[in-house]
Amino acid sequence: MALQTTTVAKDPQHPIDLAGGAVTQTEVSPDLMLVERARAGDSAAFEQLVLQYERQIFRTALHITQNREDAEDITQDVFFKAFQKLNQFQGNSKFSTWLVRIAVNESLMRLRKRRSSKTVSIDQDVETDGGSIPRDFAEWRPNPEQNYSQAQLAEILRRTIAGLPPGFRTVFTLRDIENLSTEETAAALGLSVPAVKSRLLRARLQLRERLSRYFRRNEASE
Amino acid sequence: MNCTEFLSKLTDYFDGQIDPSLLAEVKAHLGACHHCEVVVDTTRKTIDVYRGAAAYEFPQELADRLRAAVMERCRATGKLPDIKTK
Repeated sequence: MALQTTTVAKDPQHPIDLAGGAVTQTEVSPDLMLVERARAGDSAAFEQLVLQYERQIFRTALHITQNREDAEDITQDVFFKAFQKLNQFQGNSKFSTWLVRIAVNESLMRLRKRRSSKTVSIDQDVETDGGSIPRDFAEWRPNPEQNYSQAQLAEILRRTIAGLPPGFRTVFTLRDIENLSTEETAAALGLSVPAVKSRLLRARLQLRERLSRYFRRNEASE
Repeated sequence: MNCTEFLSKLTDYFDGQIDPSLLAEVKAHLGACHHCEVVVDTTRKTIDVYRGAAAYEFPQELADRLRAAVMERCRATGKLPDIKTK
């Protein structure tokens, strides 16, 4: 199937695409050109797409599943499925958003398998406001992360985000860590923009509350 | 504007998408409410620390291994006749 000469509309809120290049009304996305070449059987073109997005897909899968082996398997599966479905990619969204959507679906499916007795979905646990109302109003140290080694800080961040419900964790990961726009996050998750905003707020507030235990200014010693 | 109303605007405030007509109210509340000022400051730091820190390593060896495995699976389908890889 030949790729239509699709142009990517410029988003005034997000003028820089995820690959780091400016996207204009008349410029054909470099990803679309790679997709077209990959469809024609160009191995190097598809490998370039894998190279560009494997880190993002791995991190997304790991944040959602919280399991490194699962994230490795999912990363492979995502790119293999994308390859098999390349003809279905119409270029209506960014290629990266399309990949992320596959990654989220694969990750949630993996969580479901792991917790076979429980349903896991993007909607899980999002109906509660528990933990989303600020209770800790302590100020933080100016550079709190400097009080920990890189390994300690990574462990704190992993443990803290792991405590969020999957629905919140996923939205925070895409929006705040992977830097997708609100609209891209909504498209990747099949949610409305207001739903993304609502979940993002609660995810941010819950993480803030949990991190405050580690980062708050110790008034007794200052 | 009270604290609950302020919190409901927090996402738009962070994303620079707040309605201009509300921005003055939001700023006025922030100037008068120390608790909300702390929430804004520490929430911004929460986002920054996650963005700035590599909570999960993705070593080059793993990247290379995963990419090689993906390409092998794709080639096995017979749909990638061109073998000009890096």
